[in-house]
Amino acid sequence: MDFDLMINSFPKLLGATVVTLKLLSASLFFGLFLGLFFAILRLNKNIFINKFAYGYSYIFRGTPLLVQIFIIYFGLGQIEYLRTTFLWVILKEPYWCAIIAFTLNTGAYTSEILRSAFQTIKPGIIEAGKSLGISNKIIFYKIQIPIAIRQSLPAYGNEIILMMKGTSLASTVTLMDLTGVAKYIISTTFKPIEVFIVAGGIYLFMTFIIHNVIKYLEKKYSFQQ
Amino acid sequence: MELLAFGKTGWGDELFYATLMTIAVSITAMLVGFFFALIFTPLKLSKYKTLNLIGNFYTTVIRGVPELLVIYLFFFGGSGAIMYVASIFGYYEYIEINAFITGSMAIGIISGAYSTEVFRGAIQSIDRGQFEAAKVLGINKIGQFYKIILPQMLRLAIPNLSNVWQITLKDTSLISVTGLVEIMRQSYIAAGSTRDPLFFYSFAAVLYLLLTYISMKLINKLEVKYSRGY
Repeated sequence: MDFDLMINSFPKLLGATVVTLKLLSASLFFGLFLGLFFAILRLNKNIFINKFAYGYSYIFRGTPLLVQIFIIYFGLGQIEYLRTTFLWVILKEPYWCAIIAFTLNTGAYTSEILRSAFQTIKPGIIEAGKSLGISNKIIFYKIQIPIAIRQSLPAYGNEIILMMKGTSLASTVTLMDLTGVAKYIISTTFKPIEVFIVAGGIYLFMTFIIHNVIKYLEKKYSFQQ
Repeated sequence: MELLAFGKTGWGDELFYATLMTIAVSITAMLVGFFFALIFTPLKLSKYKTLNLIGNFYTTVIRGVPELLVIYLFFFGGSGAIMYVASIFGYYEYIEINAFITGSMAIGIISGAYSTEVFRGAIQSIDRGQFEAAKVLGINKIGQFYKIILPQMLRLAIPNLSNVWQITLKDTSLISVTGLVEIMRQSYIAAGSTRDPLFFYSFAAVLYLLLTYISMKLINKLEVKYSRGY
């Protein structure tokens, strides 16, 4: 065991954790809106809209995240037309490509989580709202969404942790996130176990925090209160 | 389309073999995972605190750390660890493990952590009476687990194991970083030499979609078959 290496690499890895957290929070933020949007499309009665939303979530859940990042980072740059538009400013940066890929990926999973949450809401609750003369729009925003959010908290907590692990793939498109820096240190020092313990420890710590925050929120918004 | 031709002009045959490699790694990893799950599930359900702790440590660490990091640990640390063990037995030559073994071990350990959780859940949902009946019949602990609990548990576990299979299949794409020529690596090579990454990575996505689609269909059949009696 090389304890000096562990102590020396800790600040470097901690600095890289900031990149990981930035990627995670940005993709979760955009992904939540995307997921909500597609969950609503899934509940639409129009078969084409419905199938479109299903196709989106099927494709992004059925292929590895690595393929999605590579298509966006290496693939889209190949389209000549895209290089002339303003989109190229975003797509030439690996940072934004990673965020786009993560957002699309987590959006697909989130839409499934929210859809099932919407579907488990008892019809009686919506009927109660209707009989009180509340408009459909307000029923949706004030009754369905809060209940759906509570219902989907445990599953969404898992999704956050999966996404946190997913951000490690940013290192394959040259970003120096926690895994990227860990790999760099391993390949220069050839001490995989020491670096794994430190980097893995940081990841586990983040998992621990996310897990407990979700648990707290679940308790706070439980139906019993 | 000529890019996908078989033979020397296209990448069709290379991608076909790469797909077979992905399937081979996934199946091997899944089996390695089952092996780990069969060891760690009893530990997690054990009455003894220490054994519990070992079981929980395995599933928590593996499920909380990115797959890529675990693969790097195996890729860079694998041959070192084997050589260390070999040196105890007096063998000091350089040993190189091939990428297939490293990859399926790494993915297998990850898949095992998920399988362990699935098995634990399935066992806990088996009726307590089954355990008691086995005890009354005087069957020992090991017999109880392998002859009575395991067969019943497998039926309950199939739907969740199908999720684990999907995760495992998709995780194999990460082994491409170690140089094993599976779908992702082959697409990378093809994209590099033809300068057509969009086509090859999209094609890789289609291959993965096909694999997940076909395996879903097969698993659904299996599920119907095993729940016939219920």
